[in-house]
Amino acid sequence: MLLVDPAKKISFNRYISDGDLVIVYERHDNMKAVKVCKDSVLQNRFGVFKHSDWIGRPFGSKVFSNKGGFVYLLAPTPELWTLVLSHRTQILYLADISFVIMYLEIVPGCLVLESGTGSGSLTTSLARAVAPTGHVYTFDFHEQRAVSAREDFERTGLKSLVTVGVRDIQGEGFPDDFCGKADSVFLDLPQPWLAVPSVGKMLKQDGILCSFSPCIEQVQRCCETLRANFTDIRTFEVLLRTYEVREGKMESCQADESGSTGSLPCKRRQRSSEGSNAKEVSGSPTIMARPSAEARGHTGYLTFARLRCLS
Amino acid sequence: MSLNKNLEDDSNQNHRVTWEGCSVLLDVNDGDRLVFARLTAASNLSMGNKKCSLQPLIGCPFGSLFQVENGQDGPYLSRILPTTTEGDNVQKKVYCQIEDESKDNRALVDNNTAQNLTGEDIDAMRRQGATGDEIVQALIANSATFEKKTSFSQEKYRLKKQKKYAPKVLLRRPFTRSICETYFKKYPARIGYLRVDTLSLLLSMGNVSPHSDVLVLDMVGGILTGAVAERLGGTGIVCNVYLGVTPYPIDIVRMFNFSSETCRRIVRCALTDLCSSHNGTLEQICQPEEVCNFESQSKEEKSPLCSISMDETVLSSENGMLDLVPEPSVSPATKACKNTKAGEKASQEAIKLWKENGFSSLIIAAPDVDAWSIVKELLPFLSFSAPFVIYHQYIQPLATCMRNLQLGKMAVGLQISEPWLREYQVLPSRTHPLMQMSAFGGYILSGTKICIDDQR
Repeated sequence: MLLVDPAKKISFNRYISDGDLVIVYERHDNMKAVKVCKDSVLQNRFGVFKHSDWIGRPFGSKVFSNKGGFVYLLAPTPELWTLVLSHRTQILYLADISFVIMYLEIVPGCLVLESGTGSGSLTTSLARAVAPTGHVYTFDFHEQRAVSAREDFERTGLKSLVTVGVRDIQGEGFPDDFCGKADSVFLDLPQPWLAVPSVGKMLKQDGILCSFSPCIEQVQRCCETLRANFTDIRTFEVLLRTYEVREGKMESCQADESGSTGSLPCKRRQRSSEGSNAKEVSGSPTIMARPSAEARGHTGYLTFARLRCLS
Repeated sequence: MSLNKNLEDDSNQNHRVTWEGCSVLLDVNDGDRLVFARLTAASNLSMGNKKCSLQPLIGCPFGSLFQVENGQDGPYLSRILPTTTEGDNVQKKVYCQIEDESKDNRALVDNNTAQNLTGEDIDAMRRQGATGDEIVQALIANSATFEKKTSFSQEKYRLKKQKKYAPKVLLRRPFTRSICETYFKKYPARIGYLRVDTLSLLLSMGNVSPHSDVLVLDMVGGILTGAVAERLGGTGIVCNVYLGVTPYPIDIVRMFNFSSETCRRIVRCALTDLCSSHNGTLEQICQPEEVCNFESQSKEEKSPLCSISMDETVLSSENGMLDLVPEPSVSPATKACKNTKAGEKASQEAIKLWKENGFSSLIIAAPDVDAWSIVKELLPFLSFSAPFVIYHQYIQPLATCMRNLQLGKMAVGLQISEPWLREYQVLPSRTHPLMQMSAFGGYILSGTKICIDDQR
């Protein structure tokens, strides 16, 4: 997914080869991650797709099934991965992820701590942000979840940037090895305030913590704990509203010279020089946009704080 | 020496301590005033009608807090080192008492007689060398109404007086986050009203990752270019494309403390150069610009072509201040940046490679260019499966662009989205969204380019 070795520049190597991870795109709300294997096939409602047909084609290609159905094969990115990964937990989505990375001031080379790992949605973007020289250490207290996350990072090629540990951060705090070494810390824990003292030890001076909590009571309690050693404490909620775009012909309110008696309230006269007996709706198609009817109304509150500078 | 190491260390842009010549953001009195500055022995911060030297800030960690103190030779900045226990006390006093408060403002009479100290008294205290904190204490002691106030408004009073008599200056790192927020707060028009969450989405959706070659159309003062370069961390390339013959100003790039390696990787390229095939015309078009690029600084001023390119003009006003007030009239670049200048012309080889292999992503923030007409031009330079993002303040151009991309079957995953950001005040029993918020962060059209010539 990421280019850790500049020799294999992504824009210079966009052809699908055996063993690559591709995102099979059916529709914007229907995608799937597939590992290309030359003897394998993909079967879906459009028919059977042979992986061997894919190899050697550029990423972004449209490929056809035995029945003539088609899908697109996209190169994986953290954004696409977030849409296709298997949900072992509730995950963070694009708007929160983007904001967290910007607000945590994560740049290449940073050392970032995270807990819990969950399904690795945020972790994937964290890895992109610290690459090529930084590292993400992520912890989850759930053994099986950590194993699955490791498998995912292996699959997405992020293994060299991410280390998954099994640890109860609320109970034990982060490992002492990271004392004073972390540039940023991200917490997605039910009782984040329990981990705050440990975070204070891990962060470099002026380093930033982010805590993600769905409930305001968690935020409240977390902020109370933060006030002892942190400054610049700010809480946000960020959402994304999506729009639908449609092209349609609108009936325009025009007096129809042939049929109208002039009693219509519309005052605009039809300027068309064509015959006045044209019955179809006049006017050129209009492109219209409106917000989608349903949206995610709440994900969680993001609380940020900086470790106070004491020396 | 560690300072020198900071200067030389090209790979690490993640500095935690300031050095001489570095760019900083000064936050005066909790965001009341935000000032970009370059730390030199001679640079000053003006406080009212006085000036404070910024010398004491050199070599301090970012995040340090300073207070303006009155010295013999006028005010000076002095570092405050809070102790943890002190923080605890303040916390208990301010935040915990609030809950069971019985005082209210029924006895408050606003007739301007509550304060017994006069302006002369305060001036006298100053002459006797009283610190700002002492003056604030005196004002509180001489206020007839202070004791009757709720602890919440007592704190407000204290804060108001502290801001006036003992202003605090916070030393902040100029990162994309703080630079974007500062501009959005003070001069949003200069960055095309690009809000920090919107910018963060552009970077994610544009899959800005190390070693990638990002094609950028930045008509938002350089905030986008800088943000992309920050994410690339001295790898890859940010290629700034421009229409016509004049590159767009990217002055904001200089607010970041970019290494020379990062600056070297910020290049510009005219759309005509990108579009033209390799023939004579290309050379002819480039020539005048190339000439002035390699000329000395003094000559550069005279060249009309260069005065509009990204020189050190804003940066080097008299005292090295980059206050966000209307940019000082162009003064000669006397303090040349230690770094390689960002925004050099892209090399012919690079352009050739991009034509062959494509850019890995495209990000457009051009308030005054029609989205579809520019996307139509730039999309061919993207490699297949590369993501693209377009920011605009109005939805209609994006909707039209999206529709055309759909009809042309040029992209998948097309989506127009609008970010929404709300900040909260979090206090015991007093948590609520902030009373004022930005109601609009612009629209984003995102998608992934697909390979059109499909074979059956």
